[in-house]
Amino acid sequence: MSHVTKKWEVLPGRNKFCCDGRVMMARQVGVFYFTVALIVVTCTLFFVFDCPFLSEEISPVIPVVAGVLFLFVMSTLLRTSFSDPGVIPRATAEEAADIERQIELPNGSTSPTYRPPPRTKEVVVRGQTVKLKYCFTCKIFRPPRASHCSLCDNCVDRFDHHCPWVGNCVGRRNYRYFYMFIMSLAFLCVFIFSCIITHLVLLSRRNGFLDAVKDSPASVIEGVVCFFSVWSILGLAGFHTYLTTSNQTTNEDIKGSFSSRRGQDIFNPYSRGSFMCNCVAMICGPEPPSLLDRRGIAVPDGQVSLRGNYGSLKSSQQKVTKYKGQFRKLIV
Amino acid sequence: MASGQNHSMNDANRGPVSCRKVFIQRDYSEGTNVKFQTKFPQELEGLIDKQTFEHTLTTLNAIYAEAEKISGRTICEGCFACLTAYLLYLCIETHYEKCLKRIAVFIEEQNECVWIPQGLLLTDPVERGLRVVEISILNEPSGRS
Repeated sequence: MSHVTKKWEVLPGRNKFCCDGRVMMARQVGVFYFTVALIVVTCTLFFVFDCPFLSEEISPVIPVVAGVLFLFVMSTLLRTSFSDPGVIPRATAEEAADIERQIELPNGSTSPTYRPPPRTKEVVVRGQTVKLKYCFTCKIFRPPRASHCSLCDNCVDRFDHHCPWVGNCVGRRNYRYFYMFIMSLAFLCVFIFSCIITHLVLLSRRNGFLDAVKDSPASVIEGVVCFFSVWSILGLAGFHTYLTTSNQTTNEDIKGSFSSRRGQDIFNPYSRGSFMCNCVAMICGPEPPSLLDRRGIAVPDGQVSLRGNYGSLKSSQQKVTKYKGQFRKLIV
Repeated sequence: MASGQNHSMNDANRGPVSCRKVFIQRDYSEGTNVKFQTKFPQELEGLIDKQTFEHTLTTLNAIYAEAEKISGRTICEGCFACLTAYLLYLCIETHYEKCLKRIAVFIEEQNECVWIPQGLLLTDPVERGLRVVEISILNEPSGRS
């Protein structure tokens, strides 16, 4: 049986694939395992050592809420890490050649006063001039808001940042999962932290604090983990809420793409107006599809592929065959 | 003669291999939503009439606009998916995917009825990363570049 090469096997970026191309991550995933371990271990300790006490003393709702939050956090985390962040496929040889021609047209390469061709293109987005940079790796003019991730070696649409904690880039396709992950993790962290404090306070009322620590050492470990992580998570949740309401990316915020100091008339052309609209568009807007077709069958460059996902070209190719005779006449 | 055939149709099952191609670029004037320029390219002069070209491109743009429009339906879909911790996406086809399928069908139909008889072939933009509409001029080998 011959091996059929799928597209994910020949994708040029530095990514890691599992499950026959269904899962896509960055190459360095050590920190991601650390994140997963931290969440899972802390929550397990909480469920084993704190929940029985708290459900008896306070309410059985506590383990249920913690369980639902935990499942939500894990689901959004895995979704963020395992999905395509919105990688823009590289240009085919012909498209690259076409762009090359366009770049070289203004200044003839044979002229004695040869200057390297300008590698930027200006487009107007809602009245705002945006510079598109040419990507030498992907052989395309990067669309507005896209950026090349040096770690994954891909151009990512609406690039936010490369997040080692989730082991993936955060971009157009997984930003909403990432945002929900950060938000739910903030809730989970605050919830567990307050439950642990309650647990320790109730125990120390009986026999004093030292005995409480002896009774439930796991709570102390969880408390330390939560105490150190809760601040950064809350800060991150606040920051990303600000970005979501103003429809910016971390990348644009750091570069100050829309800050007024660079000129009076600079505004964010991608904002939908009100902060509510921006939030709705980010969290519940239509889910953009992956452009990589990772599980489709790979064909050599420049040929029409038999696409797996969105309707096949098979029948249209049969028509090409049907019309072949006609073309031959034309060619001759 | 034979070499000419080889040039433009060297493997019919896989479509045209090395013929001249015209690329219609994206129009970003209204934001980053998918929209292609509807300006008639010079290279297609005499190969297809302007109305046909514009009709195909505006229809494509309209379907893409519908795919990316924020409507009650897509908001419901998004909220429901969020409430199920995005597990919903494992079992349903999103509105966007449905629109892409419609585009695939539309392009296939347009190719069959209009473009292939004129010696041209449209490639579904989703195969080119939604960056360009690739129009292959089937009976013109790519000797130019």
